[in-house]
Amino acid sequence: MIGIHMNQTDSILKLRNVTKTFARQTVDEVIALSDITFDVHNQDFVTIIGSNGAGKSTMLNIVAGLYPPDRGGKIYIGENDVTRLIGYKRAGFVGRVWQQPDLGTAGHLTIEENLSLAILRGKRRGLRRAVSKARKELFRKELSLLNLGLEDRLKTPVNTLSGGQRQALSLVMATISKPSILLLDEHVGALDPNTAKTVLELTDKIVEREQMTTVMVTHNMEVALHLGTRLIMMNKGKIVVDIDAERKRRLKVSDLVSAFEQAAGESFDDDSILLSHAEHMK
Amino acid sequence: MDVVTNILTLAGYEGLVFGIVAIGIHLTFRTLSFPDLSVDGTFPLGGAIAAVLISQGANPFLATFIALIGGMGAGLITGLLNTKLRISALLSGIIVMVGLYSVNLRIMGGANEPLLRDITSFDIMARIMPGASKLIVAIVLVVIVVILVIGFLSWFLRTEIGLALRATGDNEEMVRGFGVDTDKTVLIGCAISNGLVALAGALVAQNQGFSDVGMGIGMIVLGLASVIIGEALFRPRGITMVLLAAIGGAFVYRLFIAIVLRLGAAPGDLKLITAVLVIIVLTMPFIRKKLRGDWLPPAKRW
Ligand SMILES: Nc1ncnc2c1ncn2[C@@H]1O[C@H](COP(=O)(O)OP(=O)(O)O)[C@@H](O)[C@H]1O
Ligand SMILES: [Mg+2]
Repeated sequence: MIGIHMNQTDSILKLRNVTKTFARQTVDEVIALSDITFDVHNQDFVTIIGSNGAGKSTMLNIVAGLYPPDRGGKIYIGENDVTRLIGYKRAGFVGRVWQQPDLGTAGHLTIEENLSLAILRGKRRGLRRAVSKARKELFRKELSLLNLGLEDRLKTPVNTLSGGQRQALSLVMATISKPSILLLDEHVGALDPNTAKTVLELTDKIVEREQMTTVMVTHNMEVALHLGTRLIMMNKGKIVVDIDAERKRRLKVSDLVSAFEQAAGESFDDDSILLSHAEHMK
Repeated sequence: MDVVTNILTLAGYEGLVFGIVAIGIHLTFRTLSFPDLSVDGTFPLGGAIAAVLISQGANPFLATFIALIGGMGAGLITGLLNTKLRISALLSGIIVMVGLYSVNLRIMGGANEPLLRDITSFDIMARIMPGASKLIVAIVLVVIVVILVIGFLSWFLRTEIGLALRATGDNEEMVRGFGVDTDKTVLIGCAISNGLVALAGALVAQNQGFSDVGMGIGMIVLGLASVIIGEALFRPRGITMVLLAAIGGAFVYRLFIAIVLRLGAAPGDLKLITAVLVIIVLTMPFIRKKLRGDWLPPAKRW
């Protein structure tokens, strides 16, 4: 494996020997993550690619605390050992955007209500008014940076927004209270190409502005190369390629394919990735 | 009073008092997406607690308040069965409903508890309003309670905790992703809901002069009917309007029942009539789609 940095003091996220087995000791047993040790440093913007079933989502889910790793594995966020901390208790550290637009927002609530929920990430909720004047002012300011006109629609129920608008709002919600790390799991995967491009540009802008430490899964090699400061490729539950910003800048998609083949010791045969490769070529 | 005014005032009183039940049911079924059936037991629980305390000489307002607290306790148990012991919401409610039947018998020491010689909240209200008819007194008292309930909920559901509660019924995974312990919001919602239903039970028992172990039968269906009628007729938007629509729905429902009774139905027929009415309002959107020729997915089972 190329370029693993150990014992760095500025690690925001540390995985140590993380393995995840699903349906253990049944015929369906799957080792989704296999002994992963991995560091994300302050203000890294890591893009992750890999074939279907490589374990990308499982890794993000384990970081977010949806389920624990197998015994022996450890997860640190900053200095905190969060391995046994159930999801909602580590929400203060982790912001997320999912692939499906309806997963990141509450559809029946308005834009301002969704943002009010988000701004209290990991904090104690009390009997104060959730949507206050001061908060609305802040929401308008944050939303106006998106250039989607959402700042004038604070009282609109979120389920009347388009998929792209919902993902943009999810991004603001995920970052507004400055979590330690932002996890994006193919968050433009369900959008049409034009909208996907807009939301990716917004992602880049927000990550840059908020200096967010970010891990983004994408199925598009070009996006993975173009965005971010570091690129990781996963295969069969392992990280097989890890490329820093310096090398990433000089890389082309074809280099990436051969890097994968070399590291995984097999030919590259994932349809979805070859497809995005082909799109890039034409 | 002529017949029309008579029917309207009666439906007015019943709409208000059963509107409180409808608001409670809205809170679980709609706001939390938690189909809580325990209300058939918490309604008579409220009646039983209030009646027994009052007949032992307690202040009737205090007794009513304690009935509300008792209902909250029962709701808490339903919520705990679901969130901590992972029993399905539907079963949790049914279990509590069944258990409460025995509890209510124990509290009353029998199947009912009369309040004939005791001073109820309505009697105290009547003293403040000399000359007013019994029904008007009842309406005024219940209006005050409804204003308090709607005022409280309009405030609470807009607080940070209240917002988290509303979001829980909408997208639980996402709410947890923002650090909310959704077990807690579910517990709070179940407690408030059943507290309100018990409060309504306490008022009904005092007004009718007795509490009865069977007085809660069909309360869920009645409350759901009111909620659905309110939504269909008033298409409310915003928290306060949604709560008012539940009251409005309960009024329309009771009006319908009063008219049916006038037309000669026996009181024993009412449950069947309600059941048929609920089937009709529940299937209305489905039938409309069917007539339009929409493609319809298979039935949901919660
Ligand atoms: N909750 C689960 N239960 C059982 N198997 C799972 C579960 N989640 C993921 N898997 C399996 O783990 C492997 C990795 O899945 P995933 O992390 O979703 O891959 P990716 O996101 O890279 O496509 C797959 O074989 C998948 O079927
Ligand atoms: Mg995935």
